[in-house]
Amino acid sequence: MSEAVELSKVSMDFAQFRAVNKVDVTIKAGEFFSFLGPSGCGKTTILRLISGFMDPTEGAVKIGGVDMIGIRPNARPTALIFQNLALFPLMPVWENISFGLEVRGVDKATRRAKAEELLNLVELYDSADKKISQLSGGQKQRVAIARALAVEPKVMLLDEPLSALDLKLRQHMRAELRAIQKRTGVTFIYITHDQGEALAMSDRVGVMSQGILQQVGTPMEIYNNPANGFVASFVGENNIFEGTVKSVKAGVASFATALGNFETRLGKGVAAGSKAKIYVRPEHTALQKTTAPKANSVPVEVGDVAFEGNFVNIFVRDRLGGTHMIQAQNDPNIALPANGSKMHMVFAPEHAVVLAAAATSSQS
Amino acid sequence: MSELYRRYGKLLTLIMILLTAFWLLALVIIPNIVLFEFSFESYLPVDQLGGPLDVYSLKNYETFIYSPIHIRIFFQTIIYSSLVTLLCLCMSYPVAFYLAKVIRIENAPTIFLLLLIPLWVSEILRSFAWFIILSFQGPLNALLLGIGIIGKPIRWISGFNGVIIGLIYSYILFMLFPVYNAISSLDSNQIEASEDLGAPLWRTHWRVVIPHAKPGIASGCVMVFMLCAGSVIVPSTLAAPNSRWFTEIIQQWMFEGLDWNVGSAYAFLLLVLCILFVSIVMRVLNVRLVDIAK
Repeated sequence: MSEAVELSKVSMDFAQFRAVNKVDVTIKAGEFFSFLGPSGCGKTTILRLISGFMDPTEGAVKIGGVDMIGIRPNARPTALIFQNLALFPLMPVWENISFGLEVRGVDKATRRAKAEELLNLVELYDSADKKISQLSGGQKQRVAIARALAVEPKVMLLDEPLSALDLKLRQHMRAELRAIQKRTGVTFIYITHDQGEALAMSDRVGVMSQGILQQVGTPMEIYNNPANGFVASFVGENNIFEGTVKSVKAGVASFATALGNFETRLGKGVAAGSKAKIYVRPEHTALQKTTAPKANSVPVEVGDVAFEGNFVNIFVRDRLGGTHMIQAQNDPNIALPANGSKMHMVFAPEHAVVLAAAATSSQS
Repeated sequence: MSELYRRYGKLLTLIMILLTAFWLLALVIIPNIVLFEFSFESYLPVDQLGGPLDVYSLKNYETFIYSPIHIRIFFQTIIYSSLVTLLCLCMSYPVAFYLAKVIRIENAPTIFLLLLIPLWVSEILRSFAWFIILSFQGPLNALLLGIGIIGKPIRWISGFNGVIIGLIYSYILFMLFPVYNAISSLDSNQIEASEDLGAPLWRTHWRVVIPHAKPGIASGCVMVFMLCAGSVIVPSTLAAPNSRWFTEIIQQWMFEGLDWNVGSAYAFLLLVLCILFVSIVMRVLNVRLVDIAK
């Protein structure tokens, strides 16, 4: 039904440019795995390496334990959903879906039946004979998914297929994709620059930057325990303070900044005495009139207050001009701080972490 | 029109329209009307012009119907023009695909230049060049003999061989460019999608590329076919004694027989029958005129 995908020390060079740098990761059979990263980080190249449109400069790509080097896309057990979907506009919907079967010599009646079945699976009824141009964005999306599922791939590759949809539809299709993946049990490898998509849909996420796999983990691990500064600032929001690690005692680091000393957790690969940054999530900070015992606090001046409904974002400025964000749950009983009021931004040591910048070699 | 007016003003627009109208009227429409009228008149001595015999008739068209040789030559012209069109398509399609989808875009201008240079030489010179290349003791036979592919020289210019070679060489670019244009407008992702779904190369072409390129292929075919059927220079230079082209018959009537009236009738027959033939083929292959105009 589904197969594992194994990338071992995969690198891809384009002339002088290394698009993918020694990426080493195993995507388990039946897993929903996302590659998350900014544009140009090499995630699309990885997808093309798995689908077979390119072979890596170094390293091996294995699907279900079989080495795929030199095997063309038409002979690999993968199906790719393109960013622009690449549906065939001159064929009706059902021929699009059954194209992969036509290629395999399946007779017309069986093809038609299979296409109808898949249209039901993606909840697109009575559309078999429509033209592609008659479909809406979301419907095209479903046809593309059905077309890819028709060839019964062991691995489904998705190249930011939701990026062209509007917000509402995108959120709906997220749940839809996730449901289809669970129903079919096919390994899904999903490429996106949208952290919301990656966190909401995936079993595991691989965060990439500049061809390097920065961290692999479950969405919770990625968000709560980022491996380095890049992951911390790319996934979700963070307040950042620069400084030096003074000492480490029982896992708690004493961190000196121009705004005072903070107690924090110590991330991987940071030694005492080194320059680094600390990262604190906005939802782990609070705004108080006074300093708090056993917590780090920074005197700040309140700037803009953005009421978002279920939560409030309060933007504050420290005395050196650095801006920070404090996120609080909406509570009708509490008055919002006034613009310009002098207060303290407070956060607990266990919610602040010292992290090195980005990794310079791929993690696994 | 209003765009033209907005951009160039009243005077320039007027001049451009008048020039176009003049070109169409004076060089295309009026001469054709005159020839059309000629084709119904009789070839008479000057002193009988305006006399009782100077009346419109279908006599000139009847000449064709009662000349089995001319009818045979007409059909040969149609058949061999179709063959040349087909060969041009078979040769152009891979090249067009290569230019549109395989090579890097920055290399395309150089290749197009190389393709266009032969077109800058006049058709007569190109035909004579082929006449020399293909002649019995010419360079092609010398080359093939030299590298030992053939044991004795081949008579290339026999039957319609020479004409076919010459016509392909003259008109192949009129096939290449429309097909190239059509293929280059295809989203490359569709080719990849087809391959990803398991299609071998030929099926990707048959189901994805060719259907997309159909309008380009159709307009290339119509152009090459019409140019071939109407060609004079290539057939008269490269034909063997037994292979004649319909345009040569028209030329004979006009310049050897000095009978412009029968010549005009033959010219119109060629035009009308070719249009008919093209329309039938388009109908059979399900191509519409609007597709070609694109």
